[in-house]
Amino acid sequence: MSVMSRAGALFDRSRVFDFLIEGQPPPALDLKHNVILYLEGITVSFDGFRALNDLNLYIEAGELRCIIGPNGAGKTTMMDVITGKTRPDAGSAWFGQRLNLLNMSEPEIAQAGIGRKFQKPTVFQEHTVFENLELAMAGDKSVWKILFAKLTPQQRDRIDEVLGIIGLPDLREQRAGSLSHGQKQWLEIGMLLMQEPELLLVDEPVAGMTPQETERTAELLVSLAGRHSVVVVEHDMDFVRSIARTVTVLHEGSVLAEGSMDSVQNDPRVVEVYLGE
Amino acid sequence: MAASSLLSRLLPMRDDRGSSAFFVVLLAVAVAVPILHLAVPEGSALHLSTYTVTLLGKYLSYALLAVALDLIWGYCGILSLGHTAFFALGGYAMGMYLMRQIGSRGVYGDPVLPDFMVFLDWKALPWFWHGFDMFWFAMLMVVLAPGVLAYVFGWFAFRSRVTGVYLSIITQALTYALLLAFFRNEMGFGGNNGLTDFKDLLGYDLQSSNTRVALFLCTAIALGLGYAASRYIVGSRFGRVIEAVRDAEARTRFIGYKVENYKLWLFTFSAALAGIAGALYVPQVGIINPGEFAPINSIEVVVWVAIGGRGTLYGAVVGALLVNYAKTVLTGALPEIWLYALGALFVVVTVFLPQGIVGLLRRKEATA
Repeated sequence: MSVMSRAGALFDRSRVFDFLIEGQPPPALDLKHNVILYLEGITVSFDGFRALNDLNLYIEAGELRCIIGPNGAGKTTMMDVITGKTRPDAGSAWFGQRLNLLNMSEPEIAQAGIGRKFQKPTVFQEHTVFENLELAMAGDKSVWKILFAKLTPQQRDRIDEVLGIIGLPDLREQRAGSLSHGQKQWLEIGMLLMQEPELLLVDEPVAGMTPQETERTAELLVSLAGRHSVVVVEHDMDFVRSIARTVTVLHEGSVLAEGSMDSVQNDPRVVEVYLGE
Repeated sequence: MAASSLLSRLLPMRDDRGSSAFFVVLLAVAVAVPILHLAVPEGSALHLSTYTVTLLGKYLSYALLAVALDLIWGYCGILSLGHTAFFALGGYAMGMYLMRQIGSRGVYGDPVLPDFMVFLDWKALPWFWHGFDMFWFAMLMVVLAPGVLAYVFGWFAFRSRVTGVYLSIITQALTYALLLAFFRNEMGFGGNNGLTDFKDLLGYDLQSSNTRVALFLCTAIALGLGYAASRYIVGSRFGRVIEAVRDAEARTRFIGYKVENYKLWLFTFSAALAGIAGALYVPQVGIINPGEFAPINSIEVVVWVAIGGRGTLYGAVVGALLVNYAKTVLTGALPEIWLYALGALFVVVTVFLPQGIVGLLRRKEATA
């Protein structure tokens, strides 16, 4: 009977097929409660090892949040969950009020406005610096559009502007694979800027940078907060202290403490697992 | 060099001297070969025999197949070890048209049924042979049969994120499965013997010199157009995306590209190009049989591209021409050593010339 009723529904003459409804936009990012990211009860296990254990984390819109924690605390796994690389065993992850991250693929999440900088800088080695930025540029990334895409003068200016911000304007035609480690880090930050994301996930941005470069990175991230929301995972405590307003400490896959850098540093549990070592 | 500068303006290939050289040479060959065959009297040292013209046409269809493979392997990292499956499907579509053109001139003289069907005592044309008496329909199938197969295959493979060596193995299985299927008489494609004994194409006698020259020219034009389309694709932003997929697939997803769609359309386009190459191959060699599906053939195509130099397009053309010329010479002189020679060539090129022959030329240019 269910087959019959389903067939009946299919041939119902007042039925409107979804694909016929024109201009139905995907649900947009909704920030009416001023929270951009909700992670609730997230649990991820790898072969019995719980990388994330009932993790709860909320990021406010425009916030700059630092996440610290010893190795294996689940920082990278958390980013994998947010960007769609890893599916959690339990829990929910929402981007704003209306976008359920657990139902979206990696490209959909990226298109919705979450950009990620990886721990190990991963730029496209065979492409030039300019092409790396061009590839990352926000816009329609469907096959047909990209096949006939031409850079508009505005887009070209935007790429030049970002080249200036990341300090690589003289290396625009250079192969990205030939850059130094620090330059690759910067290029990846530039790619993140080109994506114009609402939420930036930045994994160890200053690893391998000189003190001057670290300082410039700190300035850049602070300047981004406000217009964008930024989540930074970092080991360098001095760097965290220089930029952080709120710090979250992860330990064994869940949140151990949260608050200002000073309050976190004086928390005896945090001292025990991490800072005291 | 006026022609090359005109072409470089038409196509987005600045700084691509290899492609410019390819078009100049192709144009020169397309003009010279018909003249040397038709205008130069027989007996003259410069005269090209019908055999040579057909052989060159066959090489050019192989070159188009190599370009199709280079497009997905060299630029997107999809190592298809079953690309001659698409080549053979295109060939079969053309072969079916040529069979229907024979009409009552076959050995059994049946006005509709091809000889092998009469021999199998079939009474009516199988449904999938209908329409192949029309040239336009057959040409549509030349593109659609390989294209649809590639689309369906790619849809499953790329969506399941099958990559690397696993994908290569599945493509081998695909072509092997088709080989076994086409060997069966019940499939209705002539079984072991395939389709042969063709008479004419669009009413032109396949044995005549003029038709041979016309087929050669069509192949040259198809190669030129296929190359130009491929060159446009790899020169566009689409081309930069597929190279990004080749180098860092996961990263490409994280900046918002639906990688499987990119792979799927590129793979389908490449398969359609291979089908066109097969359709041009069949009337020139005069036969298509299931042997074309043999996995070893697909691997040979990979060897051409590797030897020529992948990721350049013109390298694929150079590789296809050189290896096939060597094959013609060597299988004539010392048939038993050909496979050893091919294997040795592949090993030498892989170890000493990872960029292939054109990579060697480019390196010389850079040091000079």
